[in-house]
Amino acid sequence: MLNTELKLAQNIFDKPAEAPTRDGYGKAILELGEKDPRVVVLCADLAESTRSLAFKETYPERYIELGVAEQNLATVAAGLANYGKIPFIASYAAFSPGRNNEQIRTTIALNDVPVKIMGMHAGVSVGPDGATHQALEDIALMRAQPNMIVISPCDEEEARKAVLAVAAHAGPAYVRFAREKTPVMTTADTRFELGKANIVWKPEGDTKPTVALFATGHLLYQALSAARELEKENIPVVVVNVHTVKPLDRDTIVALAREAGAVVTTEEHQVAGGFGSAVAEVLVQECPVPQEFVGVHDRYGQSGEPTELLKEYGMDSPTIIAAAKKAISRKSN
Amino acid sequence: MLSDEQIKSIESKAVAIRETIVTMLVAAGSGHTAGPLGMADIFAAFYFHILNHDPKNPMWEERDRLFLSNGHICPVRYAAMAHAGYFPIAECLTLRKFGSRLQGHPERVRLPGVETTSGPLGSGLGQAAGYAYGARMDGKKFRVYCAMSDGEQDAGNTWEAAMFAGNNKLSNLTAVLDRNNIQINGMTENVMPLESLADKYRAFNWHVLEVDGHNIRQFIDAVDEAKAIYERPTLIIAHTIPGKGVAEIEFDYRWHGKPPTAEEAKRFIHELRTLKGKITSEHQ
Repeated sequence: MLNTELKLAQNIFDKPAEAPTRDGYGKAILELGEKDPRVVVLCADLAESTRSLAFKETYPERYIELGVAEQNLATVAAGLANYGKIPFIASYAAFSPGRNNEQIRTTIALNDVPVKIMGMHAGVSVGPDGATHQALEDIALMRAQPNMIVISPCDEEEARKAVLAVAAHAGPAYVRFAREKTPVMTTADTRFELGKANIVWKPEGDTKPTVALFATGHLLYQALSAARELEKENIPVVVVNVHTVKPLDRDTIVALAREAGAVVTTEEHQVAGGFGSAVAEVLVQECPVPQEFVGVHDRYGQSGEPTELLKEYGMDSPTIIAAAKKAISRKSN
Repeated sequence: MLSDEQIKSIESKAVAIRETIVTMLVAAGSGHTAGPLGMADIFAAFYFHILNHDPKNPMWEERDRLFLSNGHICPVRYAAMAHAGYFPIAECLTLRKFGSRLQGHPERVRLPGVETTSGPLGSGLGQAAGYAYGARMDGKKFRVYCAMSDGEQDAGNTWEAAMFAGNNKLSNLTAVLDRNNIQINGMTENVMPLESLADKYRAFNWHVLEVDGHNIRQFIDAVDEAKAIYERPTLIIAHTIPGKGVAEIEFDYRWHGKPPTAEEAKRFIHELRTLKGKITSEHQ
């Protein structure tokens, strides 16, 4: 059942409200513009689609245009942050942190200046644009950087809170967003704390879960849908929204893995080096249990509609259900 | 206008900086020689005349900022900083050693005063431009300088930054391009021709000056002229001799990325101290 303590949206399974997570950035950056004069927005010719346009119109003196130059997007932002501004750089994740990874490494992460990298259009659910624009490596790139924190919010409202949170964080940060509309599961009252995972679904009463479903990003909705189906089959599960991929909430992940004895990780990202890898790195040391990885398995994306791509690449709820059963079947007893 | 005495005083600092560079590279056992020696006059001019700074308070808010884009020539910066009083000259001998603040390529978080972390070429001008942009937003009066190499004019990020700075008329930014004509694989015009650099930057809305990078008066005059240009950033193309001051190193691209041996260093320092053997003294 849904965790009522989280004050989630009422109608999650019945025509939930939908919005793209990038809209959460658009809302938050306007709030930040009002609240903190140090906040500046840098853009590489994608003001509308990155949802920086309203900030540009409201605070033109704090909007900085770079043109199609993502390497310079990173280095100019590093200079601004070094000076004392809080720069947000918003582009497609395939280009930033894709194209400008070295500039991010040297001038932002190693340099330890508070640039906030907003990676839009992550995952195959970008849809018709195809593989070139579907970032599937960005979590791996960013979580391998010391000093960097990495957040992958589950919906528009959580994305808004994540952006506010990284603005208040003293160091560099990466937040990943999706292009398409996805269900809004959380509300303004839902708790959001950097580095603290939220248990979104748990078995009724004192029943112990037989598998823990850890999800990051909007695929949390697919994990919740899977949980509901599994419950109907009398397979009790726990679903955890791990919005912060780095630093990972080790305590919650280890405790639930121990309790359930099997886990499934779900992400719209390559399984190599991504969120599932981060979870595995912790569990293999603390509490080795069978783990199934739902995500992209060493392929590039392609054009198509988001739903058909999630199915083709194995990231929809039927895939998660199958993965959960497989993880349970691998338990050693 | 600077008196001859003042110029001579800066020149003698440049000689001392060169000696320190040679000494620290021998102690390090690795590193770059030609670039740092070639930029000694310009760094002496920066640290002993141009920069408004306080070596005892390296984070002083109103200081001029000097970014070093081609981080590999950091020995010249470290030596200049040491001679200016940022830290003891003896610390220069820790260059590239475990635990040193003087990393093989400079790191902002380790050594206050280096302004940023650099080494991978082509990313300094963008950072300096961003810094200058932020400072101008707040009406700051200090100036932002960026020293860069000619080799890194191969890098796309350099030109993205040049376009950005020109477009935004960042007149508080002055870049100094070390035109020594060498890079790792050979002469720049053989590896990837750069000329005409002046025309290229002018086309990007920069004010461009060319100076003899070993003529301290000329260089300081150019920096002063840049302060009077309000419409655009200024690029000073400083024509330098790689390895300047040591005849064996001068013009030889093979000295780009290697240090002298102890034996060579003895000769080089003798040469520096005696003005190419013209002075006979106790140094012999």
